[in-house]
Amino acid sequence: MKYELTCINCPIGCRITADYDGNEVTNIEGYTCKRGLDYAKTEITDPTRMVTALVNVEGTHVPLSVKTRSAIRKPLVFDVLAKIRETKIVPPVRIGDVIIPDVCGSGVDVIATENVG
Amino acid sequence: MRNVDILIIGGGPAGLAAAVGAYEAGARDILILDREERLGGILKQCIHNGFGLHTFKEELTGPEYAERFIEKVLEYKIPYQCNSMVINVTADKVVTCVSKEFGLENIKANAVILCMGCRERPRGSLATPGERCTGIFTAGTAQKFTNLEGIMPGKEVVILGSGDIGLIMARRMTFLGAKVHACVELMPYSSGLKRNIVQCLDDYGIPLLLSHTVTDIHGKERLEGVTVAEVGPDLKPIEGTEKYFPCDTLLLSVGLIPENELSEMAGVKIAPTTSGAVVDEQLQTSVPGIFSAGNVLHVHDLVDFVSEEAIKAGANAWAYVQGKLPEPGRMVPVNMGFGVGGIVPQYVSDKAEGVINFMFRPRNVYRGARVIVEIDGNPVLNKKTLILAPGEMVNLDIPVEKLVGLDKAEAINVRIEVPEA
Repeated sequence: MKYELTCINCPIGCRITADYDGNEVTNIEGYTCKRGLDYAKTEITDPTRMVTALVNVEGTHVPLSVKTRSAIRKPLVFDVLAKIRETKIVPPVRIGDVIIPDVCGSGVDVIATENVG
Repeated sequence: MRNVDILIIGGGPAGLAAAVGAYEAGARDILILDREERLGGILKQCIHNGFGLHTFKEELTGPEYAERFIEKVLEYKIPYQCNSMVINVTADKVVTCVSKEFGLENIKANAVILCMGCRERPRGSLATPGERCTGIFTAGTAQKFTNLEGIMPGKEVVILGSGDIGLIMARRMTFLGAKVHACVELMPYSSGLKRNIVQCLDDYGIPLLLSHTVTDIHGKERLEGVTVAEVGPDLKPIEGTEKYFPCDTLLLSVGLIPENELSEMAGVKIAPTTSGAVVDEQLQTSVPGIFSAGNVLHVHDLVDFVSEEAIKAGANAWAYVQGKLPEPGRMVPVNMGFGVGGIVPQYVSDKAEGVINFMFRPRNVYRGARVIVEIDGNPVLNKKTLILAPGEMVNLDIPVEKLVGLDKAEAINVRIEVPEA
């Protein structure tokens, strides 16, 4: 089957075409860097996404921004969001602090992206 | 009256980078003024990733990107004053500022860097008919509610305009449990980045209705729905194509306007094509010693380029204060040929040095086109491109030795050449 993708790794947004027979991704064309080549392979076989979200902070209605340290498998996105939503942190927190380790068994930590307290 | 060497108006990405650029060039007497409670500008509310790939070779969120520069400002001990609103700037660089801490204050600067950023086009500028109900927000206002204040603006959403903030908010509202029914775009193409269409709309099955617009707004107290219609090549709604979308929230992502009221007070000349200051290759405005950088100069797509530009403005402002900025010389106008909009700089000195950075926005979508730079009709750069689109600014770095004939030039011309069909 023929796939047409737009790479999401950088703002260039390369159009990539590839074939996939359910087993192997072949004839990958249109990418302009290695990240694009890798993107085409994973996007067709097992797509991943970064998740950025907000956690509640004890004692204030102002939330704290967080992200997954690296991309997680796409089908896990809404489970991860639900997990983040029910999390409440106690300040102080610094950028990079682990907020939820190994979120939803993804093997990826959720970390803080801003300082509070 | 307080005196400073370099006064920077705005503590967002441009202001922070301008301060860092000025400091690293040697300036020590710097002051950043910002009207908000803390530094960082709009980056504070841009919690999504995608910033800094160019500058830091890694993908950061907005707050993380801002923090990189804030840490430098703190490390260098560059003075800054938040909760301070600048209300006037004069041509001789006296800046009037109001704050709770110092009251009304005049500060005399040897150089000023304008870094006020931009604001969103509001509903009022769209002339969309309909009722004046609540539930209509600019995408950035909604972003501030969700990301900085923890408030949900609504549950059933339609987005008008497909600028990047609108696309990002389509995903954010979906993440927060809202249903986004459609993203409606007047033009036959999106003004947002392609990757945002994929990862913010396509991923969540949100339809992008190109060549469509909102033609009516319904609701007494709160928004109840909008009418959406297809538009023809003349961008006018086509009768009979109207469709009703029930919704309680309409987000507008219909363009950004550089915030230049202060620049105009100082007598800085504004370019109609960018709505920002007219500058030369040093980023100096028409008023000597006043520089401009970032979204107040022209609306960028990427914060990385804002930082780059502002660092340059900071260094140039310090050179100006020391009297070391190369003489402007004779100003050669940069003209926009076919397909080129909003070029910066608008003038290049005939004595320019180093690498000249040109930025412009393509007027339309062009495939396989060439970008051509000419001096008095002689091509000095001819660059092939895969695809050009209004949503993606073109960024050309040209070493001055390539601009053959600049010393005697009447004009520089930048144009796009489209391959024959």
